[in-house]
Amino acid sequence: MPDVPFIEIRHAAKSFGALEVLKDINLTVDRGQIVAIIGPSGSGKSTLLRAINELDPLTSGEVWLEGVQINKKLPHRQYEKHVNQVRQDIGMVFQHFNLFPHLTVRGNITLAPKMLKGLTTEEADRLAEEQLAKVGLSEKIDEFPSRLSGGQKQRVAIARALAMKPKVMLFDEATSALDPELVEEVNLVMKQLAEEHMTMIIVTHEMDFAASVCDRVLFMDQGVVVEEGPPGVIFQTPAHERTRNFLRKHLARAAGQA
Amino acid sequence: MDIDLILRVYPFFLEAALVTIQLSVLTTILGLICGALGAAARLSRSAVLRAIGATYVSLFRGTPALIQLFILYFGGPQIGIQLDAFEAGVIGLGVNIGAYMTETMRGAILSVDKGQTEAARTLGLSRWETMRKVVLPQAMRLMIRPLGVNINALIKGTALVAAISVVELTYTAQRYIGSTYKPFEMFLLSGALYMLIIYITGRAIAWLDRRARIT
Repeated sequence: MPDVPFIEIRHAAKSFGALEVLKDINLTVDRGQIVAIIGPSGSGKSTLLRAINELDPLTSGEVWLEGVQINKKLPHRQYEKHVNQVRQDIGMVFQHFNLFPHLTVRGNITLAPKMLKGLTTEEADRLAEEQLAKVGLSEKIDEFPSRLSGGQKQRVAIARALAMKPKVMLFDEATSALDPELVEEVNLVMKQLAEEHMTMIIVTHEMDFAASVCDRVLFMDQGVVVEEGPPGVIFQTPAHERTRNFLRKHLARAAGQA
Repeated sequence: MDIDLILRVYPFFLEAALVTIQLSVLTTILGLICGALGAAARLSRSAVLRAIGATYVSLFRGTPALIQLFILYFGGPQIGIQLDAFEAGVIGLGVNIGAYMTETMRGAILSVDKGQTEAARTLGLSRWETMRKVVLPQAMRLMIRPLGVNINALIKGTALVAAISVVELTYTAQRYIGSTYKPFEMFLLSGALYMLIIYITGRAIAWLDRRARIT
């Protein structure tokens, strides 16, 4: 299906009561592309990301993945079956990791593959070992999440998502809750995924990371995509006043923190 | 204080304590079942089930347990429910404490971080799979102590069934007062046995809670 876009968002709109958080957003992402979404808090960037896997369903508009509409209107039972199915193809990493504290690292990674893909314990264990090796945490396989640092937790969360062999990975401020010295280890894992041409949509506050890893940057403000383009353009020569303002404030804040 | 009298009658009180323990165990089991069903109803997607759950809770928490027992035991035969006193006691108290346990379990389930559900659903787990594999195992740990509080109240609540003449600790004390005219000794003795039961139960629950926290 060469003419079907990999990911397509059409006329996405969402409101909470009278508050419009997304206003007519259109976006296509090609296979293997890495897209960063930046913008002030409350701009709707996380909501847009969470609409892609139906965590925050849109009020109107469509989300498509490889020619399958994610947010199909279906009777409840069929809808549930449908989203459970399509979500298996969409990995997501959260700001607060959301590892399952009652399960070991192994249990966290193998739960979904065992339940949903019918893997045997041995197959699932091998998968867990594989994915952990990838994020450099092989020796932590039998630890509980409470014994891991924030950076390690997030790497396990990435391994857990990857174990489902997703077609696309969504990152919702994956490094925002981390101590500064732990950010790099998570960024490294994400860079490695980029090199493997994993399709990624990354909501982030880290402009340097977005600039170095992403193919495209979207700047969102007040529920609309103000402008988008290659990182060189968005960060060096943004066309819009709002983008310039945001980047200026952001740089000032980052400098203040350093 | 008439120590001799206490020494003479305590074997009968021990027997009565056994009845109190039986009542407590059966009531706890029934209460946990009602609580689980009630919590499931209150957290259901169906508005009808939610309404049924909410009505159950407000009805049984909103009226005295003694009245509920009287309706069941004395009023039951009028509508074709024939129960002996012990059965009525277990059912009456069990359904009553189940209303409190409904709220305890519901609270524990709701206090599991929402991010847990989101992470599980994002992986593709269904609502029920998420509940069973991710939310409930964590909620169970959170509900041990508050359920212990419910069970503590329930054990003391078994004294109510003396009013429908189940021969348990409180009823036995009253009976011996009738023949000995020594209410101080008799109530003290039954009180001490209640305390013992509650102490042991409390320790057991604290042990369970500690065990659940290791990991």
